Amino acid sequence: MEISLVEVMETVHMTLYHNFDIRTVTLGINLKDCIHSDLEVFKSKVYDKVTDQGKKLVLEAEKLEDKYGIPIINKRISVTPVALIVESCSCDAPLEIAKTLDRAAFDAGIDFIGGYGALVQKGMTKADERLIDSLPEVLSETERVCAFLNVASTVSGMNMDAVIRLGGILKDISCKTDNGIGCAKFAVFSNAPEDNPFMAGAFHGVGEPDFSLNIGISGPGVVRSVVEKNRDCDLTALSEVIKRTAFKITRAGELIGRELSSNMNVPFGIVDVSLASTTKVGDSVARIVELMGIERMGAPGSTAALALLIDAVKKGGAMASGNVGGLSGTFIPVSEDSCMSAAVKAGALSIEKLEALTAVCSVGLDMIAIPGDTPAETISAIIADELSIGVVNGKTTGVRLIPVPGKRAGDFVNFGGLLGETYVMDISTFSSRDFILRGGRMPGPITSMRN
Amino acid sequence: MKRDLVFITVIGKDQKGIIARISNAVFKHNINIEDLNQKIMGGYFVMTMLADISDSPVTIQELKKELAVIEEEMHLRIQVQHENIFKAMHRV
Repeated sequence: MEISLVEVMETVHMTLYHNFDIRTVTLGINLKDCIHSDLEVFKSKVYDKVTDQGKKLVLEAEKLEDKYGIPIINKRISVTPVALIVESCSCDAPLEIAKTLDRAAFDAGIDFIGGYGALVQKGMTKADERLIDSLPEVLSETERVCAFLNVASTVSGMNMDAVIRLGGILKDISCKTDNGIGCAKFAVFSNAPEDNPFMAGAFHGVGEPDFSLNIGISGPGVVRSVVEKNRDCDLTALSEVIKRTAFKITRAGELIGRELSSNMNVPFGIVDVSLASTTKVGDSVARIVELMGIERMGAPGSTAALALLIDAVKKGGAMASGNVGGLSGTFIPVSEDSCMSAAVKAGALSIEKLEALTAVCSVGLDMIAIPGDTPAETISAIIADELSIGVVNGKTTGVRLIPVPGKRAGDFVNFGGLLGETYVMDISTFSSRDFILRGGRMPGPITSMRN
Repeated sequence: MKRDLVFITVIGKDQKGIIARISNAVFKHNINIEDLNQKIMGGYFVMTMLADISDSPVTIQELKKELAVIEEEMHLRIQVQHENIFKAMHRV
């Protein structure tokens, strides 16, 4: 089997000029076997397991970067939802475990560790409540710990008692950190997948084995490049070229994921085929949509364009790997994608349009700066709206909102580094208070009668 | 003996001695050249060299470091990647 010069050069060009990389390799670690009645012993077992595997992950991933010449940008760890493992512990255990995870991640050379969270779609245990209450402290006092909450699912409906609390919790996290940046480490979900490799929402689900190696491919830059080269074809043909490109980048992810799991002697989990933007120019999902013929992301037609894009990516990805899983949508983070931010500034993209975009394909309202004085009930209501889309459509949706203290709609905010910069979005000032404060649980939807 | 194949790819301005210098570096480490292709694409010189490193005492990482010197001196882009990545991406 000969590989032609043109084929070799296609791969080389993807890496050198179109930001092709493996976005993340995330090792899921079961921590249930670390539970101990003595908190100090418990912490020490957690620390040892995470550092041992974390160091191995970094070392082995770097070897494969060299072998294949494809950068692996992030090496991360997700753990069993922490609320589950602190059920029998004292009140301060969640914070103590969070600090242990933070220290272990630092010592292992891991930039983010996910799993500080709970699954509360139907109700909260005492440990769940303690963990939720600890979020402002944990996210302001640790650097690398990422948190999540699953508050809704298609089967159980939505836990509105938890949603009520989240508005206030997000405001508290925001007040305790610069520009509210602590909120960037916290994702709220409906139908959260147990094998998602992407932060902030990664956790190692209860249905998972002791370890699971999950991989997140990337490639907005590569897809942008093929869309740019195919400006005149019709949408059927465009879908085809995107599909072929997605196949190629997923195959690279599959190869590296399988080899890494084999070298680490842990089971291979999934390949997540999500397109994940970065702040680099050209590595933008919004730019792909614009090159498809939409003047600015958010203009009429954006939802259809994004639907076509992710459908083609999923089809190519599913052909390339039998283990596609995780979120496998398209991320449309506002601050992390320079063209998304530009669209907000230009007045082309509103939060309502973002919500619509998430209905067809994407993962959720992500990295959106909102005014610092947005009422807690309004934040809860935005979360409820977004998660309803996931609940009713049987898909994952998530919310990562950042109320920025002291900022108003239109103000510029820089979160720094990979988290990017953006403009504070305009939020409706009409109240949702009475609806949100009713609380209770929104029942799971009927799954026949699909209109 | 099982072969261990890597693609060495070179992109840059055409100039004298590119193939000579890279072949020399590869030969020095007991690496066998299995195949070599070159052409001008979009005004640039491009070359792919398929090389067997199974008998070589150096690792891919060490080979990369050595080629990085040529890369800098001759203003080229040189990549070394294991063959499997191309098989995975370009063959069903």
